[in-house]
Amino acid sequence: MSNLVEIRDLQFSYGDRPILQNLSMDFPRGKLIAVMGGSGSGKTTVLRLIGGQIKAQRGTVAVNGEIVNQLDTDGLYRLRRKMGMLFQFGALFTDLTVFENVAFPLREHTQLPEELIRDLVLMRLNAVGLRNAAGLKPNEISGGMARRVALARAVALDPALIMYDEPFAGLDPISMGVTANLIRNLNDALGSTSILVSHDVHETFMIADYVYFLSGGKIVAAGTPDEMRRSTDPYVKQFVNAEPDGPVPFHYPGKSLAEDLGLGGKR
Amino acid sequence: MTNPLALLGGFVLDTFARVGFVTRSFGGLLGKAPGALRRPTLISEQVHFIGNYSLLIITVSGLFVGMVLGLQGYYTLSQFGAEEKLGQLVALSLLRELGPVVTALLFAGRAGTSLTAEIGLMKAGEQLTAMEMMAVNPIQRVLAPRFWAGLIAMPVLAAVFSAIGVVGGYLVGVQLIGVDEGAFWSQMQANIDVRRDIMNGVIKSFVFGMAVTFTALFQGYEAQPTPEGVSRATTRTVVIASLMVLGLDFVMTALMFNK
Repeated sequence: MSNLVEIRDLQFSYGDRPILQNLSMDFPRGKLIAVMGGSGSGKTTVLRLIGGQIKAQRGTVAVNGEIVNQLDTDGLYRLRRKMGMLFQFGALFTDLTVFENVAFPLREHTQLPEELIRDLVLMRLNAVGLRNAAGLKPNEISGGMARRVALARAVALDPALIMYDEPFAGLDPISMGVTANLIRNLNDALGSTSILVSHDVHETFMIADYVYFLSGGKIVAAGTPDEMRRSTDPYVKQFVNAEPDGPVPFHYPGKSLAEDLGLGGKR
Repeated sequence: MTNPLALLGGFVLDTFARVGFVTRSFGGLLGKAPGALRRPTLISEQVHFIGNYSLLIITVSGLFVGMVLGLQGYYTLSQFGAEEKLGQLVALSLLRELGPVVTALLFAGRAGTSLTAEIGLMKAGEQLTAMEMMAVNPIQRVLAPRFWAGLIAMPVLAAVFSAIGVVGGYLVGVQLIGVDEGAFWSQMQANIDVRRDIMNGVIKSFVFGMAVTFTALFQGYEAQPTPEGVSRATTRTVVIASLMVLGLDFVMTALMFNK
């Protein structure tokens, strides 16, 4: 099978509020696929569905041939051992040091001797440039460093699938560039498949092999970063060029200003 | 207008659903608890965290409660010329009631709130979700060791409270007021039964430890992952745990000392 992750006819709602509608996506093995879209477009929900944190009302999410929304807890945990996830703000364990954070999955899932765990953790930290910060606590490092530690932790067990939830949010330009390069390099070095959820156009286009654009829970455009740059689709153009108005309106939908001011205007 | 009967029905159904959810959560925690015994270092760290850090407040409170018991006991007993019974009164009060109950209330305020806030903030910081995504069950890895630690720490803290309380009663009764020292200790020794008084006190403190620790962990785990949600959960821990301790104390006292 060429796709590690396949989503078919997926529908998901929070209560009565639909989030994703008839969504179908493919994530080929070894590729770095970006899922882009504005806030509330449902892109993080896609990650949560792939990770089995939530279950779809209709459709299927298959990871490595296993239907995630049909797995029991044990099956889900077995599948998650092949996954790594980088959370938006790192989600490091605040009571553990940087070293212990990266060692955590190794200690939980392997019986490796302490010396080997130490070497593996130092190699992972070296890959993200933080070997010398191993003894620090999460509250002693910057947001960008925390993201890199979380990245080292996410790849500690050489996962087949790595998911990134807004890895560039709140980072300075240098940290953003460093993180983007790390994501690409780790994907290639580990031979894994990466799903990158982001709304940072520049960094994402720089490293992604393929991009899905989501809006209102549907795919509105898909293609390589070059194709997206050249796209004439109004939504993609507005998003890529950061235009304040377009298919995504500046104003929250509702009454017009004239109506609100009692001037008899229409929407 | 809403039908009052429908409102009542909704309330009853919600209550049952809530009780069912709490019971299922308690069962889930008990189911995962034995697995945590395979990692004794995780439990010992938590015993240190929630036990050792509660020691100061327990010791100081025990001393003052014992001293007050010595004073009040002496005033009452002296009206009947029974001052020599002061040792028995102080020890029985502490071992049967005040030791387990006051320790549990202090434990809820000191360790319980700390547990709720810690778990709640872990949830708010996505640490529990991160753990789940690493295929590590947070109930087994985070909650179960803390549950064991609460079960272990509470009886020990209650024993410390009672022991220090007896010393407080002795200091006031014997050293300050002048009750006969021999009578104080001999009456205590002669009238305290290991099974009926000490063991029942230990059982009470064990049950209180279970109730307080579960309440604290549950409130933290189910907290809304916001600063306001964690704050509310922490308050709920103190209120619910305290009421549970007092209610359970009544039931257990009625069952244990019914003759």
